[in-house]
Amino acid sequence: MYKIFQQIGVFLFVISFSAGTMAAEVNIYSARKEKLIKPLLDQFSAQTGIKTNLITASADKLLTRMVNEGRNTPADILITVDAGRLYRAVQADIFQPIKSRKIEQIVPAHLRHPNMLWIGLSQRARVIFYAPDRVNPEQLSSYENLAQEQWHKRICIRGSGNIYNQSLVASMIVANGEQATQDWAEALVNNMARPPKGGDRDQIKAAAAGQCDIAVANTYYYGKMLEAKKDSAQYRAAKKMALFWPNQDGRGAHVNISGAGISKYSRNRENAIKLLEFLVSPEAQDWYARVNYEYPVNAEVKPSGLLASWGSFKADGLNLSKLGELNAEALKTMDRAGWK
Amino acid sequence: MINSKIRFSASLFERLWQPGILLTAFVFSIPVLTIASFLFLPTGDIWQHLVDTVLADYLLNSVLLMIGVALGTFSMGVTCAWLTSLCEFPGKKLFIWTLLLPLAMPAYIIAYTYTGMFDFAGPVQTQIRDWTGWGYGDYYFPEVRSLGGAIVMLSLVLYPYVYLLARAAFLEQSVCVIEVSRTLGCNVWTSFYRVALPLARPAIVAGMSLALMETLADYGTVSYFGIGVFTTGIFRTWFGLGDSGAAAKLAAILLLFVFTLVVVERWSRQRAQYHHTTNRYSKLPVYRLTGARALIACIACLMPLLFGFLLPAFQLSLWAIDTYAVMIDSSFYKLVLHTVLLGLSTAVLAVMLALFMAYGKRVLASKLVFASIRVVAIGYAVPGTIIAVGVIIPLTWFDNTLDSYMREQFDISTGLLLSGTLFAVMFAYLVRFLAVSIQSVESGLVKIKPSMDEAARSLGRKPTDILFNVHLPLMKGSVLTALLIVFVDVMKELPATLILRPFNFNTLAVRAFELASDERLADSSSAALMIVVVGLLPVILLSKSIASSRAGS
Repeated sequence: MYKIFQQIGVFLFVISFSAGTMAAEVNIYSARKEKLIKPLLDQFSAQTGIKTNLITASADKLLTRMVNEGRNTPADILITVDAGRLYRAVQADIFQPIKSRKIEQIVPAHLRHPNMLWIGLSQRARVIFYAPDRVNPEQLSSYENLAQEQWHKRICIRGSGNIYNQSLVASMIVANGEQATQDWAEALVNNMARPPKGGDRDQIKAAAAGQCDIAVANTYYYGKMLEAKKDSAQYRAAKKMALFWPNQDGRGAHVNISGAGISKYSRNRENAIKLLEFLVSPEAQDWYARVNYEYPVNAEVKPSGLLASWGSFKADGLNLSKLGELNAEALKTMDRAGWK
Repeated sequence: MINSKIRFSASLFERLWQPGILLTAFVFSIPVLTIASFLFLPTGDIWQHLVDTVLADYLLNSVLLMIGVALGTFSMGVTCAWLTSLCEFPGKKLFIWTLLLPLAMPAYIIAYTYTGMFDFAGPVQTQIRDWTGWGYGDYYFPEVRSLGGAIVMLSLVLYPYVYLLARAAFLEQSVCVIEVSRTLGCNVWTSFYRVALPLARPAIVAGMSLALMETLADYGTVSYFGIGVFTTGIFRTWFGLGDSGAAAKLAAILLLFVFTLVVVERWSRQRAQYHHTTNRYSKLPVYRLTGARALIACIACLMPLLFGFLLPAFQLSLWAIDTYAVMIDSSFYKLVLHTVLLGLSTAVLAVMLALFMAYGKRVLASKLVFASIRVVAIGYAVPGTIIAVGVIIPLTWFDNTLDSYMREQFDISTGLLLSGTLFAVMFAYLVRFLAVSIQSVESGLVKIKPSMDEAARSLGRKPTDILFNVHLPLMKGSVLTALLIVFVDVMKELPATLILRPFNFNTLAVRAFELASDERLADSSSAALMIVVVGLLPVILLSKSIASSRAGS
């Protein structure tokens, strides 16, 4: 018995302190899942010799952890998968300006904080998918259009707890005002073919199977489905659906970002800046586009393969800080509309 | 006279026992108390907004979910436990341990799997449509992602709690009471209903309250199914609306439910105390079932096993065959090692603490101790994320305060000593799972007649001697049950691990969830299956030990 405890003790000790201080390293709190960030970090380490240490969890919780850890936080970089969380991090005053001319030149102004407290790393578009055998694309035009009578019980969209829906509604509050968005949300809830459930892929699958005719989802889920095996249900479902870019005559399609900021108390600031420079370099940007079908923030990188086949589109140029500011308002609007 | 003599000879350890229990209880209540203190934060108009829009839904759904899961786990758990302990039918030996297997299935994994199979766009319904030419709305098919679906999913993975404790209780029953009931004219069913069931009641109620607390704490399943219950509400309010005060109010209502559960459980135990009247244990009489009855018994045991384990495991295996080549890399073995060591060390600690507290409660018989154990048990019903935040705040406060002091006094920065280490992770596990180990240990203890303690004490034994030489051998099954449940629970635990773990530290549950929540079900199957496989070994060991732990056999 004693031996077991001894071994457990050694195990705890080694694990707790093995990530201790090393000469060249950078510590990352990431809301991007391990599979979608670790390969890039390994590549960065191979190129620069800087070790990377990673913890993944949802942004809200990482943010809570960082705020409480205060000036002793080991985190150098916080990576999120939406702009709303970056806004919250700024509100919590845990970022410092990213001092890099290189990054400023690469990342366009609407995809970064005015004082460089955070930058976008990739863009994620939320669009409309339709079943071409049941929907004539000429009937489609914008997110606003989805509130029309003709779509009664024909739309699939996921729940209001989802951050991408919250951001979409926040962007509509900016564009159309609170009351118009409230009316829109109520009409949309009426047009839902079923109470919201499941993730983005589920909406596309349900539409392909005929439960609804239109699905709202992020483009990269569609890409992931098309990349699956040719005989899989996912692939066949995605093949039955087509992508429509909404609001192309107006403000453009709703876009969110994955982004990052550097901790105010970072002890490895130079390394952190090097990592962010690497993450917006053409090499890393191309990886995002190829592996996870996200749109690059680096204008030099042209979408390739599947992304290119979906054509170019106009993106909403709204400053993304707004999405964070209006997040609570958006959620309340959805609650009032009965959007589960 | 005897009493005063015992007091007089009490060792230092025994004198420090009560303060020790109170201190332990306090330390492990800190996270819940931290969250409770948010109640005093101003909530603004958000609370009113919740009351106007969603609160009624949360209440109704939570209550319905609990009633459903209570019925589901009771019927499956008690039926299977009774059949496998007091009846004889073909396949019984196999059922005894395989019925525990669903315990190793995380609820969210089973939810994802069933949705994948039975959803409108899934293979089953697609096949039906292909055969019949029906379209959407032409036929009825139960909706997996509904309240009913959630009740079924949770019941399927939680009934083993009831089964485990109820079966241990049935096996520990003295043969005499059952024989006497038969001589007094009870048939098999009335003897079960009037004697065996009431005798096993403390264990059954303990198992059900574990299942219900787990239900209240579940987030993965209900959020995937889009059901508004308290857990999902707390998350939306806290992180979506950014109002921790209103979220804490919701959490407080959740705790009210738990408190009710705890009171009900206590009340059911107090109304009647069940002890075994005799220590004569001979072979239990088994009812040999034949023909149609045997078939029914077989089917009754097969159903929970089939739907709680075999079917989802089969689907996961299909996916794993497709993806394992990519998903099992060198880091995968490290995941297994981390998971097992973490589970093992937490389980051992939890059981030691449970013995310390539950036995103290028995010996000291103090109201304070009694109350403090109830307080600690609340952690089990609080969602892991909430516990994690409750752990982060006091630990970082401690670290930062110490750091500031050291900086001022000695110009040394101690940095973060506790937070961000495995200490924090295990602390959170204990806050959450201590209730489980205490429940099982207590349910073992209450079945031992107090006269045994009195006899041993009058022979001059100290309470600690009695624990090790008299009680532990008698309740080996309950202690092992506690070890197993905590081990498996820790292995499945997700949210607290995610937030509190140190850098570059992953577990199987983290890997499985990251992929599954990214809607990459097939990729997550290797890790999910591994959780089940790792959980298998202790489950088999445990069932063997329960079978052999019966005194007199």
